[in-house]
Amino acid sequence: MSGLAPVPDAEHESVPIGSNDDVVRARQLVRALAQQCKLSLVDQTKLVTAASELARNTLVYGGGGVMRVGLVRRDGRVGVTAVFEDSGPGIPDVDQALTDGWTSGGGLGLGLSGARRLVDDFTLQTEVGGGTQVAVTKWAR
Amino acid sequence: MLKIGDVLLVSIQVELEDQVVLELQDDLAARIVDSGASGVVIDITAVEIVDSFVGRMLATTAAISRMLDAQTVVVGMRPAVAITLVELGLSLGGVRTALTLEKGLEILARRDDSRPAQL
Amino acid sequence: MTEQDIPARLVELLTAEQESLGAAWVEAVSRTLRGRISLAELDRELRELYAALVEGLRGGGLDWRGDAFGEVRALLAELSRTRARQGFTPTETATSVLAGKDVLAPSEDTSAGDVRAYLHLSKLIDALGLFTLEVYAKTREEIISAQAEQLMELSTPVVKLWEGVVAVPLVGTLDSARTQVVMEKLLQALVDTGSDQAIIDITGVPAVDTEVAQHLLKTVVAARLMGAECIISGIRPQIAQTIVALGIQFGDIVTKSSLADALKHALRRGDAAVVRPGGRA
Repeated sequence: MSGLAPVPDAEHESVPIGSNDDVVRARQLVRALAQQCKLSLVDQTKLVTAASELARNTLVYGGGGVMRVGLVRRDGRVGVTAVFEDSGPGIPDVDQALTDGWTSGGGLGLGLSGARRLVDDFTLQTEVGGGTQVAVTKWAR
Repeated sequence: MLKIGDVLLVSIQVELEDQVVLELQDDLAARIVDSGASGVVIDITAVEIVDSFVGRMLATTAAISRMLDAQTVVVGMRPAVAITLVELGLSLGGVRTALTLEKGLEILARRDDSRPAQL
Repeated sequence: MTEQDIPARLVELLTAEQESLGAAWVEAVSRTLRGRISLAELDRELRELYAALVEGLRGGGLDWRGDAFGEVRALLAELSRTRARQGFTPTETATSVLAGKDVLAPSEDTSAGDVRAYLHLSKLIDALGLFTLEVYAKTREEIISAQAEQLMELSTPVVKLWEGVVAVPLVGTLDSARTQVVMEKLLQALVDTGSDQAIIDITGVPAVDTEVAQHLLKTVVAARLMGAECIISGIRPQIAQTIVALGIQFGDIVTKSSLADALKHALRRGDAAVVRPGGRA
């Protein structure tokens, strides 16, 4: 993948995403960090749900990959950033993939667009045949 | 899975892995037929997140139950979960919901009482 | 005297008359604060700062951002935080630091080299003054946001109106953040009180924008997902016009003109839910 990921600048943890178990583990890790940086309960839930959607995307559409997650700081605020990376087929039409109800895999088509609504920052980089990288951040209020 | 009267009670206690969610859906359909239950209560009080996968399971389960002549009520959804589902854009496609297990059972009992009247 | 010698010379000048210069500084600052801080406290504060400044110059030269000035920065941060909390103005706060310049100002018989050294010290103190102001502003911001938060808590009471009915009367301008807080509190109240009817009364709300209207809608949908019903009451004509003009669909949400009507409706609906069919359950 080209391009630099907006990776947590501090120490971050990596989780491989290769099975359903890993999706659960990814959720738990994100929740632990969300609690650590004192996100409100609603924001925690939103972030963990977004992470769950994205981890499943990585598994199902990307053929597995990795999640990196860590705390980030900007302008005196603290947040949690999670980056999901796979080297799968990539997304040919990003705009379409971000449209509600669009799916290529028999889901509800809410994964990407829904996840984007649940977080504060959302970036997506993809390359057909070169994999996909999605980074999301939620800031403590 | 617990049976109270002719209502099946499913209480989800742990963080669900996708495979378990699917198995639960299958088990439930089988149990409805075996037991002749007329109602299903799915208690999600302990569930901390409902993503589109679990949400879809709830909606599908309700639809399957309906075809097997049992009504489903989902009870105990946490506020944070509800807010997140709305933001996610998931409506649960007409699944009945109730605040508590008690109220859920009330809804199902009412439906039973009114059954003869509809015939 | 070369540039490198300046800090050393300053240390020399400052330590030689540490006692009297320090006293003059305290004296100058106490005049501006007009007794709102005890002389003893001010004396301790500024002499500590003076000593730290000398140590900073000794160890780190004129680089106030460096490690040697860590103690100076810590003391200044502490000073400006205290001042901000006690309600001193930015000028009064900055003067505590800047007054040091007057005290150390050269006189007619100061040598040219010492004047140059003073100019460097003056620049250093200016920088420290600005640093103080920055901390001051930051502290004020913290105070303001803490107050805003308290106000938000105060202004959004969720009350139980009846068995099974909670209400939140909203008063004042709703912004997106406040609406979100209210909604979370309302939904939590449903759980806490076991109520399946909620009334959102917006009689006291002068206007809503798209975002706020959307939040209201989302709350109603979220409440439904939890198994509760919402009624929105007290919609003013202007707000109704706005909502229609914005093209926001309120769909099948029940709206009532007054809180009383809403309560009546909630009770009827709650009742019907429990008693049907044929007599009280």
